[in-house]
Amino acid sequence: MEVKPFLDGLWTESVNVRSFVFNNITPYHGNAEFLEGPTFRTKKLWSICKKAMAEERNNNGIRSIDTETISTIDAFDPGYIDKESEVIVGLQTDDLLKRTMKPFGGFKVVNKALSEYGLKPNKKIKELFSKYVKTHNDGVFDAYNDEIKKYRSLGILTGLPDNYARGRIIGDYRRLALYGLDFLIKKKTEDLAKVTGPMTDDVIRLREEISEQIKALRAMKRLGDKYGLDLSRPAQNAQEAVQWTYMAYLAAVKEQDGAAMSLGNVSTFLDIYIENDLQKGRITEAEAQEYIDQLVMKLRMVRHLRMKAYEEIFAGDPTWVTEAIGGMFSDSRTKVTKTSFRFLNTLYNLGPSPEPNMTVLWSEDLPENFKKFCAKVAIETSSLQFENDRLMRELRHSDDYGIACCVSHQDLGKSIQFFGARTNLAKTLLLALNGGRCELTGVQIFEGVPLDKDEYLDFDKVMTNFKIAMQEIARVYSDTMNIIHFMHDKYYYEKAQMALIDTNPHINIAYGIAGLSIVADSLSAIKYAKVKPVRNEKGLTVDFKIEGEFPKYGNDDDRVDQLAAQAVSDFNHELKQFPVYKNAEPSLSVLTITSNIAYGRKTGATPDGRAQGVPFAPGANPMQGRDENGAIASLNSVAKINYSDAQDGISNTFSIVPKSLGPDIETRVENLTSILDGYFENNAQHININVLDKETLLDAMKHPENYPQLTVRVSGYAVNFVRLTREQQIEVISRSFHEMM
Amino acid sequence: MLFLSEIIKTQDNILNVHSIESFGTHDGPGVRFVIFLQGCKLKCLYCHNPDTIGLEGGKPYHIETLFSLILKSKPYFGKNGGVTVSGGEPLLQAKALIPLFKKLKEAGIHTALDTNGRILNHFAQELLDAYTDLVMLDVKHMTEEGYQYITGMKNKETTFNFSRYRELSSKPMWLRYVLIPGLTDQTELLQSMGNYFKNYKTIERLEIQPYHKLGVHKWDALGWDYKLKNARENTIEEIEHAVQTLKPYFKKVVVN
Repeated sequence: MEVKPFLDGLWTESVNVRSFVFNNITPYHGNAEFLEGPTFRTKKLWSICKKAMAEERNNNGIRSIDTETISTIDAFDPGYIDKESEVIVGLQTDDLLKRTMKPFGGFKVVNKALSEYGLKPNKKIKELFSKYVKTHNDGVFDAYNDEIKKYRSLGILTGLPDNYARGRIIGDYRRLALYGLDFLIKKKTEDLAKVTGPMTDDVIRLREEISEQIKALRAMKRLGDKYGLDLSRPAQNAQEAVQWTYMAYLAAVKEQDGAAMSLGNVSTFLDIYIENDLQKGRITEAEAQEYIDQLVMKLRMVRHLRMKAYEEIFAGDPTWVTEAIGGMFSDSRTKVTKTSFRFLNTLYNLGPSPEPNMTVLWSEDLPENFKKFCAKVAIETSSLQFENDRLMRELRHSDDYGIACCVSHQDLGKSIQFFGARTNLAKTLLLALNGGRCELTGVQIFEGVPLDKDEYLDFDKVMTNFKIAMQEIARVYSDTMNIIHFMHDKYYYEKAQMALIDTNPHINIAYGIAGLSIVADSLSAIKYAKVKPVRNEKGLTVDFKIEGEFPKYGNDDDRVDQLAAQAVSDFNHELKQFPVYKNAEPSLSVLTITSNIAYGRKTGATPDGRAQGVPFAPGANPMQGRDENGAIASLNSVAKINYSDAQDGISNTFSIVPKSLGPDIETRVENLTSILDGYFENNAQHININVLDKETLLDAMKHPENYPQLTVRVSGYAVNFVRLTREQQIEVISRSFHEMM
Repeated sequence: MLFLSEIIKTQDNILNVHSIESFGTHDGPGVRFVIFLQGCKLKCLYCHNPDTIGLEGGKPYHIETLFSLILKSKPYFGKNGGVTVSGGEPLLQAKALIPLFKKLKEAGIHTALDTNGRILNHFAQELLDAYTDLVMLDVKHMTEEGYQYITGMKNKETTFNFSRYRELSSKPMWLRYVLIPGLTDQTELLQSMGNYFKNYKTIERLEIQPYHKLGVHKWDALGWDYKLKNARENTIEEIEHAVQTLKPYFKKVVVN
């Protein structure tokens, strides 16, 4: 083995990838002119992939499903797209876009998904999971009480990972490339030896978990062997670094089918190897781009078996292979490298795509050339999201982090998150107005809120009752989350990912809310106008009559924006009042994915004038059409939600027609850069950027075959527009497109 | 922050506002906070915001309210952006604009006015000379007949008096010209405009605004007759021809 060309640091002795990157990075301040197009081999592979994806679309969204095998790290023979063209190898199975059974999250779900496609699992597997093997889903429902079941069935808590894998954990996949398996196994074995008695629950569990991790590392060795790769040693050049990192990720997505399985922040890391090989004349720029193109292509081919109901909350078959790009180190050097550009360049070389979910960590101090390139890519592909690097570094105290799913900061290799979907805050308000009863069914959800019989709603009284409602929801939500994550660890532990994370990491338990803008506008209406509830014979509110004007969230009006910020702060506070499994730290997100439609359907009329069944705005967005003072006023309202109260992330989806961004591409790039600088200077956390004409989307609804790669950003992620349901497509089109007179 | 209900009713500090666009990208350089004021004495046939014409209506805004809203937009302005006051005709409210623009200049914010140039009283002069970084002057037509036909008012010379005044102040100016097939796009008219302004030193650019009918429904809503019903939108070739015709006379010709 050759002598390592890299500068030493903490990473040499202990597992510490940040130290390696920090000591060896080559920040890049230049422009995008050095970038190369796709190689012949890449083009050949991509045309095969495109054909396979067309088959998938034309076959009800599924190309093929394996019903004979339980997918594990080293299950399946090696798979190739076209072996001789591949410089980066590895598929989840032996064939492209083949989906597999991962039954430990819940066998019923697997069975249901198969039956929806007219398939049945292998008889023996069915027998095993019906009679002998218990799953996460089984465990959760053994422990759930009636109260939790009621909250779940009435749509107060939804999308919970109690019958599918929780995901959100980001393995530090770079570790495999930097250290190789032998070293990682050695370190985990040492960790195991250090975890000693007294053998309490916690200690026993941790010992079992570390042992599982070591087994996973050994399985990764076997996975590498199948592809002829010796993963026991560190990567020795750029191609190996890309390949090793991908193999670690592949192990994770072979074993787990979590809703979101982010990649982390590999681009800056990989650049060190690429730069070294380029400097030594071992590779050309075209080859460097080829590694990244082919890695990204592989990431685009990741698939999981999902049942159709899953579409409601996570539309468009997403996998959330989120890669964080750019950002700054704490010593004010940028983490932008040429490979940051190379990753973005894949959106040109392979065309736009929702995956991997490319997330630019934005800071005012980023190199100007990089800012401009990002703005240009966002304008031309609508495939990027942006997050506030300065804000997250300051509040989360880490500059080596990835984004779990859409908006959640995760210190790489040092912390994880327990995902908890979300609760319906708009419905919580309605519960407060209806004496704790569901406004649609009349079912008593909780006690302790007096029945409001006033002719007009009184703001102070509503706020008092809303607080009680929040406390009750938070209590049940917390109980539910403890059960889910206890059982997930027990029956569907992420051993491959956890093997690439420090033993005993920091844990966030991640709660969420939907319907924030409705709550803000409703409280504003009650406070600044007169709101008269219309009640049915059971005394349940079925409508609200509003007399007078009231300020609406989305217009940079503090009177209502502060009500939104306060609601987030209050609910976050309530969530922190309960004991939590594994001493995880509660955090909150304002993020809906695509569940804003389903939530709307399950929520009665609200005091802001929204009719029963109307979709919520996504994430922290203002309600459709209520932001009347232009884009910046709208952004400023969202920016007022304090990140310190919602450290799991605050999602905003911004759609603008190209012309409104400026008359020509040069001006548009400049203006988008100004928007991002301004929005993040005002301490906002996240923004999705769509630069699209409504006409394009309408045409894509009519002629989906012409738009196989049309990508739109929804709440925190991107989807192929043509893979959304008709209802979801209409909802996307109905959203506020910022368009000037 | 002051709000509508709390406004102190002193006319000096009140602007009658039609609407606000916090993200303007077509009314001056960079990202603009655009204030559309209510009221204009012209009634241009093609006006795409006819609801701003009436002198009545609009919402009164205290300049402090506007200023605090603008400050929150300031981080978005980047190197080139700022505030544009359009309308309506902003100079009808020049007196109240003076303290607003003064505050903006003190806060280091770029100011622009989008005007038809008919008003040049001492308030307008003070506003222009002391506090307006950029004037965007609408040139309606090069002939008196055309000017009257389009605006419904006499005296095209007001436009040129205004441009001369700005030229003498040596401060930057853009010209804006709406291109209507058969009405303003004749080669000789374009050349006559070019010849008239070719020696101006303060004109940084000429903006051609292609004709569109996006505002027609607003005329209907007001119960007004839209006289240009039979006009058509420009072809790409016509726009390109206008650009080429005007290019020799101006530092920069932009289609907006």
